[in-house]
Amino acid sequence: MAQFTVFDILRNLLLATQWTVVLSIVSFIGGGLVGMLVLFARISNRGWLRLLGRGYVELFQGTPLLMQLFLAFFGLALFGISVPAWLAAGLALILWTAAFLGEIWRGCVQAVAKGQWEASASLGMGYFQQMQHVILPQALRVAIPPTVGFSVQVVKGTALTSIIGFIELTRAGTVVTNATYQPFLVYGLVALIYFCLCWPLSRASQILERKLNVAHSHH
Amino acid sequence: MSLIAITDVRKSFGSNEVLKGIDIDIARGEVIAIIGKSGSGKSTLLRCINGLETIDSGSISVEGAQLLTEARALRELRLKVGMIFQQFNLFPHLTAGRNVMLSQMVVKKTPKDEAAEIARNMLQRVGLGEKFDAYPDQLSGGQQQRVAIARALAMQPIALLCDEITSALDPELVAEVLAVVKELAAEGMTLVMVTHEMRFARDVCSRVVFMHQGRVHEIGPPEDVFTNPRTPELQQFLGMSQAA
Repeated sequence: MAQFTVFDILRNLLLATQWTVVLSIVSFIGGGLVGMLVLFARISNRGWLRLLGRGYVELFQGTPLLMQLFLAFFGLALFGISVPAWLAAGLALILWTAAFLGEIWRGCVQAVAKGQWEASASLGMGYFQQMQHVILPQALRVAIPPTVGFSVQVVKGTALTSIIGFIELTRAGTVVTNATYQPFLVYGLVALIYFCLCWPLSRASQILERKLNVAHSHH
Repeated sequence: MSLIAITDVRKSFGSNEVLKGIDIDIARGEVIAIIGKSGSGKSTLLRCINGLETIDSGSISVEGAQLLTEARALRELRLKVGMIFQQFNLFPHLTAGRNVMLSQMVVKKTPKDEAAEIARNMLQRVGLGEKFDAYPDQLSGGQQQRVAIARALAMQPIALLCDEITSALDPELVAEVLAVVKELAAEGMTLVMVTHEMRFARDVCSRVVFMHQGRVHEIGPPEDVFTNPRTPELQQFLGMSQAA
């Protein structure tokens, strides 16, 4: 049996970590873009669009991410479309992230006082002008801390993609464990790496929250 | 021809009919005070005039153009009729100057330098020339309301609607805002104001509208309305506000 040093294990895990990072970034950015669409649907003044947005959010918030991954991976295969694991993982995570970000942002937009809509309307601005110049800049300030905070959930969410065979940190942990028979050490290191990814994000969210609160009262 | 013609306007919120057929014609340069108890429909009427509320029936026309609910027509109307709110509603993320510049640049596509120039003039006009770079939360309520007036004026409206614009102010700040409004009236601006400032209404307004339960109960020059109220409702209302 080959001998593995802690360094060997760590090196292999870190190699796989880059895929966790890439998947997290892709999911977060893609989810943010789709989330914008979800946001605009949720706050639209067209009833059917609001309903559509709400249905989307409830569907993705109301089912486990793991099921969504399975459906993206196996479900599309049923229709004869063979989906590589990375694509299914990326797709499912983007759609899942979009549902949560869209809903977080909806709350932030609706937290902007109604008078801001009325004042900008009374000055002759159209809907998108109001959004761009008056509503979103104010909503953004409120939205940044919870958005950064949610990125932690995205990083941890990527761990589930190991189950459909995408090789990222958790999957690498399993592979290395099978080779070394040292599950406690390996998964301990895996957890530590996740922590190193997530903790700075949580901290950033807290610091931003404090900073933006201060900025709001003093500029 | 009247500048703003309000004809048989009706408006309900659910089963509650707030406006039960309102007719008022407002001529250019008139200063109209709308008075009445809360819930009498006066704010709703004002909000209907610039399309913040849609009317159920009847018609409102400004400069002969019908008030339509279609978005583009509504925006054009709002360029003609400015509105000042009880809660000021300045944009808190922008300086006073930027507040006045924004809609000029966004809606009228005025170049930035020109918009800034106009903003300076308008702030000067309301006595806040030196507050161009101040943020709304660095200003007193009275100053914020004056910025809001400057912001509306920058769009060069032909009429201004004022919805209880001094009601959220501390008593000592009311006068500075009313002074600005008085000056606008003297310059010939058409003003429609919902107000509780009876003395101001008496001194400045050309006509007073007393609203009661969704109807125009009495209308006339202030000296008639205030000194010879014909209906018991207005007598009671004036008695109450004098006692207060």
